[in-house]
Amino acid sequence: MSGTVASFDLIVIGAGIIGASCADEASARGMRVAIVEPGPIGGGATAAAMGHLVAMDDDPAELALANYSLHHWEAFADVGVAEFSRCGTLWVARNDDELAAAGTRVARLNTAGVEARVVDAGALYELEPALAPGLAGGLLVPREAVVYPPRVADHLVKRAQSRGARLYAGRRVLALPRSGAQLDDGTRLAGPVLVATGCALPALLPMLPMRGRKGHLVITDRYPGLVRHQLLELGYADSAHGDADSSVAFNVQPRPTGQILIGSSREFSATDAAVSPSMVQRMLERSFAFVPRLRELQAVRIWTGFRPTTPDGRPYLGAVPGATDQWVAAGHEGLGVTTALGSAKLMIDLVQGRQPAIDPAPYSPRRMAA
Amino acid sequence: MSAQVKLSVNGLPVEVPAGASVAAAVAQVTMQFRRSVSDTRRAPLCGMGVCFECRVQVDGVAHVRACMTAVTEGMQVTTDA
Amino acid sequence: MPDRYDVLVAGAGPAGLAAAQTAAAHGARVGLIDAQPRPGGQVWRHDVRREAPRAAREAFGKLRDVDVLASHSVVAVESSGLRVETPQGGRLISYGSLILATGARELLLPFSGWTLPGVTGAGGLQALAKQGWPVAGKRVVIAGSGPLLLAAADTLRKHGARVLGIYEQAPAAVVHAFARQLRHWPARAVQAIGLRLRLAGVPYRLGSFVRRAHGGDGVQRVDIETPTGTQALDCDLLAVGYGLVPNTELAQLLGCAMDYLGPHPHVSVDRLLRTSVGGVYAAGEAGGIGGLAVARLEGAMAGHVATGHSVAAHALLPQRDRERRFGALLSRHFALDPRLHALAEDSTLICRCEDVTLGELGGFTNARAAKLATRCGMGACQGRICGTALAELGRFPRDGARPPIFPARLATLAGLTTLPSDDAYRGS
Repeated sequence: MSGTVASFDLIVIGAGIIGASCADEASARGMRVAIVEPGPIGGGATAAAMGHLVAMDDDPAELALANYSLHHWEAFADVGVAEFSRCGTLWVARNDDELAAAGTRVARLNTAGVEARVVDAGALYELEPALAPGLAGGLLVPREAVVYPPRVADHLVKRAQSRGARLYAGRRVLALPRSGAQLDDGTRLAGPVLVATGCALPALLPMLPMRGRKGHLVITDRYPGLVRHQLLELGYADSAHGDADSSVAFNVQPRPTGQILIGSSREFSATDAAVSPSMVQRMLERSFAFVPRLRELQAVRIWTGFRPTTPDGRPYLGAVPGATDQWVAAGHEGLGVTTALGSAKLMIDLVQGRQPAIDPAPYSPRRMAA
Repeated sequence: MSAQVKLSVNGLPVEVPAGASVAAAVAQVTMQFRRSVSDTRRAPLCGMGVCFECRVQVDGVAHVRACMTAVTEGMQVTTDA
Repeated sequence: MPDRYDVLVAGAGPAGLAAAQTAAAHGARVGLIDAQPRPGGQVWRHDVRREAPRAAREAFGKLRDVDVLASHSVVAVESSGLRVETPQGGRLISYGSLILATGARELLLPFSGWTLPGVTGAGGLQALAKQGWPVAGKRVVIAGSGPLLLAAADTLRKHGARVLGIYEQAPAAVVHAFARQLRHWPARAVQAIGLRLRLAGVPYRLGSFVRRAHGGDGVQRVDIETPTGTQALDCDLLAVGYGLVPNTELAQLLGCAMDYLGPHPHVSVDRLLRTSVGGVYAAGEAGGIGGLAVARLEGAMAGHVATGHSVAAHALLPQRDRERRFGALLSRHFALDPRLHALAEDSTLICRCEDVTLGELGGFTNARAAKLATRCGMGACQGRICGTALAELGRFPRDGARPPIFPARLATLAGLTTLPSDDAYRGS
């Protein structure tokens, strides 16, 4: 027979940045919340995220969600553990074509209410003297920031706990019986469930396709002041979001510690978590092309992670098709940290039967049932 | 038994035997090799390249382990103390 | 120099020197890698003021047919070989066989005041002094456990230090029982007696350990727990080491299976020193702390086996087994007092790279969760100090190894073979 039964208004499964945000939001609205997490808080894709809060404008739905979420991130600007640092984002143009395209992006961002402007080559080198010579200019988004995702997740879980949420740490959900969750120690939790297990989604919700898109990160020792903004190449979308099985893009971040975090790589077919020397080499060569002085810096660690990726690149936020009292929030790929807070508000609105502030239709999991 | 090597630590001239480590040269000038992330003073702990407490700047290159680096004539060493 | 060797030896201490020389004597093309600027490892480390021991000089003299790759630090494992960093740039070195002679490091345990300048390991201060660290006229307190304390005291005295005392945590009854066992090991007894004679006049206190260190800009005073109460001593330098733990990071990255004696891993090997990975052997401390004699014998054995001369290796086994028994005797008698596990207080820094206190680590049950939430183990030492200490303290085992094995230049990890000379990062 199953063990104890506890009942909740919402059972959040998974304590990555998405699950933690949802638990925080639900508890803030007075719901009785359970959180189930078998591993460390924020130990999955959250631990492999750069923590860059960035408005990507290539998909209007994604931009709406990011923009909505970014407003809520402002509340973390003074939360110490978040390590919130408003370094701004500087997109670098290699040539005049890329710089011309930057103008179009600035218009899109400004329309959405995001402050952004084109900078010429002179201004670019004033902003970032370490950039390689010969670049055409860039696109500056001055109010964007970086955070430290695992500690934010930990903070959100603790805040939910302080409002009465119950954390089932080290416990795994084995099955989703009708209106509840069955844990691996025999405990049965009763109530609506919200599955936020990222790459592990198919274990509980096999009808929703999800793949892990592997990435590598390298972090250096402390070199304060060498890089000042989150730096990306304007060709990022072509490099990183292309359909090639593996790709790299220039993506470098100054941590508040003075360390420099270097990305990014994407691989679809890689399934093991081992560091791939050839991917690291490609990724670093790309970063040297933009910031040559990186070559001399000491790397302290290299690690990998998997971005939870849906077939169309948009997250699942909504009711699980064909089920009762089952909800899903997963599949944010590389934008989970940016969109976590907005996703949580939208998600809990849906759970409570309220109208979300932005249109939830683009994220509805029902699109997979069609 | 060995020749002396002249170098500079924090701008001060130092002389140590050839084959000595940068750590030995720094210790003649200061016992504060680096400042920790919470701003406390640190000096070598393990003496064998493991603990990274002895990191200094050598000829402009940051984060060099003083205990693993042999002195050379004219070397410029800077500590973070 | 070629970038491929029949036999590549990682570590140029006594085990690695014996392995390289033996393999070369069988006609193999041998490379001997070490991160230090000179061969010798820890025990035969170059001393700027004193001549090396005869055995060391003999070992160095037999390297004529070996490529000695000093200041070569192994930073990563790739499918075609080891990624190595040198002062001049990076190299990829491939091999037919690989002998891991990566030695050991000191076990350093946190206590209040251990981050003060002037507080070092015991073997640590010995190593520093050999490389010219000024100890002449300094008042030195040596503490911790094991025979290394006596060897360190001997070196420091020869360099002019005033050794105020040696404080061994093992209780008197146990150390005396160990001393009685020495009659079965006459050569060891002679060594031990010689060492004690040279250290005549230096107090050797048993059942005693450092409780805390005090000071401002550096250590000034130390509190020592003795069987008869707490004793305070003024000093200039405090050297504390609790024995040795094997260096297994390279082996772990290669995928070699580990064995555990207590909380610290060593490389798992069979009778002929073969690891669980084909073509990879481990000799000396990497396969479990055994001391100098074991290292030299196992180095020679590995050199034989790696070149297909197993019979010659078998011939050394009885002698090796006898020396391993002495190592076991040592570790049994110098086992750590459980009170040492409670030295660190909530306010004591455990992770010295990221300044994380023991109190901040309360409630975590594994290294990864603690690291994500507190940064413990995220710094340049990659958890070698704090992770090993936390494992010894019974908190949680250290995380597995990850590349780079040691912090390495990005250029090296990018596979660049030479460094640009003009755009080094200046200043911070």
